[in-house]
Amino acid sequence: MSEYAPGDTLPELHVIPDAGLTKRYAEASGDPNPIHIDEEFAKKVGLPGCILHGLYSMAQVARAHTDVAGGDPRALKRLEVQFRGMGFPEQEIVVTSTVREAGDGRIVTDTVAAQGDSRIIRNASAELEL
Amino acid sequence: MALTTDAVGKSWEPVTFEVEGDRISQYASAIGEENPVHHDAEAAQAAGFRDLVAPPMFCVVYSSPAMGPAILDPEVEMNFATMVHGGQVFEWGEPVCAGDEITTTVTCKSIDERGGKGFYVFESVSANQDGAQTVKATWTNIVRGV
Repeated sequence: MSEYAPGDTLPELHVIPDAGLTKRYAEASGDPNPIHIDEEFAKKVGLPGCILHGLYSMAQVARAHTDVAGGDPRALKRLEVQFRGMGFPEQEIVVTSTVREAGDGRIVTDTVAAQGDSRIIRNASAELEL
Repeated sequence: MALTTDAVGKSWEPVTFEVEGDRISQYASAIGEENPVHHDAEAAQAAGFRDLVAPPMFCVVYSSPAMGPAILDPEVEMNFATMVHGGQVFEWGEPVCAGDEITTTVTCKSIDERGGKGFYVFESVSANQDGAQTVKATWTNIVRGV
């Protein structure tokens, strides 16, 4: 059923994590690192403020792909990312994905998550069964 | 300066995580995943799952309790003050549902220095109560100024 061919783009995913997101994500994921939830601590260690969890941003890349498969969690077979730069709450994340390979009911994409000009996830690749 | 590489090849005690439906729903909400198969057991069953099914990235939740002891092991000697999560790979197998018991084993794959940075690579393999692999993960932590 995959109608994708190399060079095609997947629908972009746009999301703005709200100010309370990092706290909810920390509780849901079990990651207690204070750089994500304690503004004063984050500034003390030299950050501009609380930063997003890299794995939250990775989850947005995952979601951009499972959305293409009608939300089926079984469709995503593999996801590889590098975390670069810092992601911040209250700024829009845009996930863009381009099909690199297609065939046998699977596609492989090159995918990026960015906030403005800052690419917070790059050199990323996903394998999706459609 | 040479990094301590004694931990390469070391595996830690497997850790088992019991998957509760509430944790699946809470995690799905946090990442903005609204598909009812993650929030409503009836919807999940109608879609062919035993119970609430986890989004793929829920593997972070059930792997983390096994990753903690590995990353914190003094033998690994990782400097947290300058550590960042550099990269991540997940390869998924069986989907994970509420009621599953997922057991994760972590191994230190490599510790290398490149360009003044230490690259600490761990692999975790998770399987459900039937022995079916649910995810294999590669976690890369980068430590500056080693």
